[in-house]
Amino acid sequence: MKAQTIIKDMWQELKLFRRRVIVSIIIIGLLFISLFARLIWLQLYRHTHYAGLALDNHVRNEPIQAARGIIYDRNGLILAENKPSYQLELVPELVPNLQKTLQYLVQIGLMTNKDALEAQRTIRSRRSFDSVPLRLNLSEEDMARFAVNRFNLQGVDIHTRLTRYYPQGEYAVHALGYVGSVSESDLSYIDRDAYAGTSLIGKIGIEDAYEKELHGINGVRQIIVDAHGRSAQLNKDWEALAEQPSTAGNDLFLTLDFLVQKAAEDAVWNKRAAVVALDPTNGDVIALVSRPGFDPNLFARSIMQSEFSDLNENLDRPLFNRAINGMYPPGSTLKPVVALAGLNFSLIKPEETHYCSGFFMLPGISHRFRDWKPRGHGSMDMVSALAQSCDVYFYALADKLGVRRIHDYLAQFGLGALTGINLRGEKPGLLPSPDWKRKKFNGKSAQVWFPGDTITLGIGQGYMLTTPIQLAQMTAVIAARGERFVPRLVRATRDPVSQKTTALLVQRLRRAEAGKPEDWDSVIDGMIAVTHGGTATAVGNNSPYAIAGKSGTAQVFSIAQNAKYDESKISERMRDHAWFIAFAPADAPRIAVAVLVENGRSGSGVAGPIARIVLDAYLQRKFPPSLPHDTLKENNTTAPVAVEREE
Amino acid sequence: MWQKIDNITPLNAIEKTDKILDRLHLDGPLVFGILSILIFGQFILFSATSGDWTRLIYSVLRIFIGITVMVILAQLKPAVFKLATPWLYGIALILLLLVDIIGYSGNGAQRWLDLGLLRFQPSELMKLGVPMMCALYLCERSLPATSRELGVLIPLILVPAGLTIVQPDLGTGILILAAGTAVVIFSGISWRILSFLGTAALAFAWAGWSFLHNYQQKRILTFLNPDSDPLGSGYHIIQSVIAIGSGGVFGKGYMHGAQGQLAFLPERSTDFIFAVVGEELGLFGAIILMSLYLLVVLRTLYLATQMRDTFACLFSSSVAIMFFFYVFINVGMVIGVLPVVGVPLPLVSYGGTAAVTMLASFGILMSLHFHQKSNL
Repeated sequence: MKAQTIIKDMWQELKLFRRRVIVSIIIIGLLFISLFARLIWLQLYRHTHYAGLALDNHVRNEPIQAARGIIYDRNGLILAENKPSYQLELVPELVPNLQKTLQYLVQIGLMTNKDALEAQRTIRSRRSFDSVPLRLNLSEEDMARFAVNRFNLQGVDIHTRLTRYYPQGEYAVHALGYVGSVSESDLSYIDRDAYAGTSLIGKIGIEDAYEKELHGINGVRQIIVDAHGRSAQLNKDWEALAEQPSTAGNDLFLTLDFLVQKAAEDAVWNKRAAVVALDPTNGDVIALVSRPGFDPNLFARSIMQSEFSDLNENLDRPLFNRAINGMYPPGSTLKPVVALAGLNFSLIKPEETHYCSGFFMLPGISHRFRDWKPRGHGSMDMVSALAQSCDVYFYALADKLGVRRIHDYLAQFGLGALTGINLRGEKPGLLPSPDWKRKKFNGKSAQVWFPGDTITLGIGQGYMLTTPIQLAQMTAVIAARGERFVPRLVRATRDPVSQKTTALLVQRLRRAEAGKPEDWDSVIDGMIAVTHGGTATAVGNNSPYAIAGKSGTAQVFSIAQNAKYDESKISERMRDHAWFIAFAPADAPRIAVAVLVENGRSGSGVAGPIARIVLDAYLQRKFPPSLPHDTLKENNTTAPVAVEREE
Repeated sequence: MWQKIDNITPLNAIEKTDKILDRLHLDGPLVFGILSILIFGQFILFSATSGDWTRLIYSVLRIFIGITVMVILAQLKPAVFKLATPWLYGIALILLLLVDIIGYSGNGAQRWLDLGLLRFQPSELMKLGVPMMCALYLCERSLPATSRELGVLIPLILVPAGLTIVQPDLGTGILILAAGTAVVIFSGISWRILSFLGTAALAFAWAGWSFLHNYQQKRILTFLNPDSDPLGSGYHIIQSVIAIGSGGVFGKGYMHGAQGQLAFLPERSTDFIFAVVGEELGLFGAIILMSLYLLVVLRTLYLATQMRDTFACLFSSSVAIMFFFYVFINVGMVIGVLPVVGVPLPLVSYGGTAAVTMLASFGILMSLHFHQKSNL
């Protein structure tokens, strides 16, 4: 009975069970269909999207660095190039025993114990598959030693990378500039994509100004990486990988004549000085010197903090480019242009004489404007006034001209304005005028332009400031009888692929006017007389060509009325700066030069001979023997020079 | 002579295999499905481990153990299983409690007992224990179950499921819950009671959940599911969806899936192995594998309907449901439609004892199928 009911129930239960199974099959089917639908959505409809994401995951674009353009001087001598530097690198995960390997490297003399300790610290901070540099700049001998011991150095290898190399060391550094590691501030103005993979960028000088030409175009290589960023071994045919080669940067041909540059630089090696030599016919910069300098290779191989602070805190400011940033009163070097102004406005004639009694006085004012020669020069015409650098002659001329005419005339020679040389941070100097004084100073009495201000302006003292490159340009304008050019450092660029050379244009500026063509001759005659019987006769000694020159001294501080300039009481850094400007040959000038020696005291005695060295080097290819600079440095640079002070 | 030719016709060969299978108490289509999945799985595993022979050998060994267990269990009489069920359930429950206690007193999460030679998870036993126990309880009573009987069944399921979930092992807990619930549903419980119970459970869970603070909810979620999101940004899911999507219709080719081979895909030999299938073999390969799973599920359900014994029916159908849940939760997780819970892809994922348990339950199922006449 009991069994029967169970059997009866059994059929009932089975029917119910089967109905439930059918329902569950329907549900399972629907759920499976939803999974299929999702798969179709992902793999068919959205496939391109996800394929792209997968590629982004594991294909990395690795930049190939373009070789930076090479910089040559005007004769094809290399001033900046790229040099492979060999460095010892280690991949931690490939080294069986790190301690032992480092010890072995110390043993065979490739590393010091200190290097090894530092390397261990670096290795710990890197990923185990990253190559860690152990030592930079291996020598040939180091490499040979490594090769012999290689069997014991699993995981250690030599890698090459290109670094910037300046074969001439400190020479021409203020013209060339240098490259350094790309910094955060550089990134703000460059195209980040174009600089991916570039580690060095031009910081100052030509390297900076011509960065666009020199940099080139980086290429791209695609590599496969895994989730840890490790380059995956290419033992499988992954997606086709693209590769775009890099294009090297353009080479630069400078206007600099390195041998002249070197002669000039050697001449002022241990001084605080600047020398700028220009070609008056086209504005080419033949030499651009600022001393002291520094070795740009320090920056290219990434400068150490201690090295940088040494340079930066040095009292002689080796990082400061005096040639374009240093501003000094021009002193007597301004006199030829003031003379030209007088001729231009027909206020004087060259042969007209003026009597120099040793001082000049303005009517109604008791102040005596003194000549540098207390007893006076006597009767002076233009040539002798220039030759003897007679101050009284130019005091009187400045008084006749008046400040406005002087200002406007000097401006024609580029004074008080940027010369436009393509170097970062050039300073404009200062060409004073009544307008300038009114804006510059506060208080009615300080704003007034006094007649006395005009008188001192006539001999290049007072408010006026010029840079060495401005004075070089001014000299070149006199030499070229009015022709004026923007000083240029780069003559041509060359595409390294097509070898096509592109000449850069000479930039001619508005010419400086003189009243008559003969006026130029009068002033140039005066400048020739300077070196032939004048204040700087020593400069013109035994010269096979006529040199037109003019010395000058720039006061560092002013001396009270009637006080005597007593050299022994003035500290070295308070002494006057020495100037000399010159061009030659005087009848057909090919070079114009301006020399500044800080605290050099005597224009004709200190700066003049340096100018002569530059002229001889350029015109006669006569070069003084190279000096071993290490011994030079120990010499006392402040040896007294026996010369009479001008002005 | 004719006889000889007849012997090697395909038809004859099939008949012969059928006879062998019959004698071994194995169901042809089911064994075909299982073996296909296993072989497919070993190939994928080899690629997912980037050609690691050691792991492949371990995996194949484990599968042989599983198949041996399956064949042996298929030979046993159903009465043995019925007899063993309370013991199995009881021992598993004690072990489960033991693991939980050791886990709490020890260093945090613990899922297994270390027996020296092998690590043994009591929760795996419960995947068999819970549906067998429920089926045994119901088969002695007239169906559908009354609410008093439900009062016994619900703790019977919830206690081991709960103990497993707090281990924490959310994945296995859900599977135990699914297997037990499947038995109750297949026993014919009325939809009214079912929907009432379902609504009550949801309301209870919702109420309890909303009482908790945000950080408590988060803590519980990460506690229950520590592997879900290690980088906090759904990295696992993002990478597996990229892998599958980038596979396209025909895939990138065996051993050529960049996502998997270059280690972008996490857990690619275990929980996320389906993404390797999708990437390297494409939609095509994924659908073939899914179809094999569907074949096994449907064949198991079919066999269940052919049985005459309540215990056999209920247990077999719950095996099918559990197997389906495995596949659905794992694939759903990998293709980004379900949250990440640690459920492996059955018979394919590397490691663990899940494959052995699954094969054991298929063995029991086939025993029930082949012995039903003698049992009745």
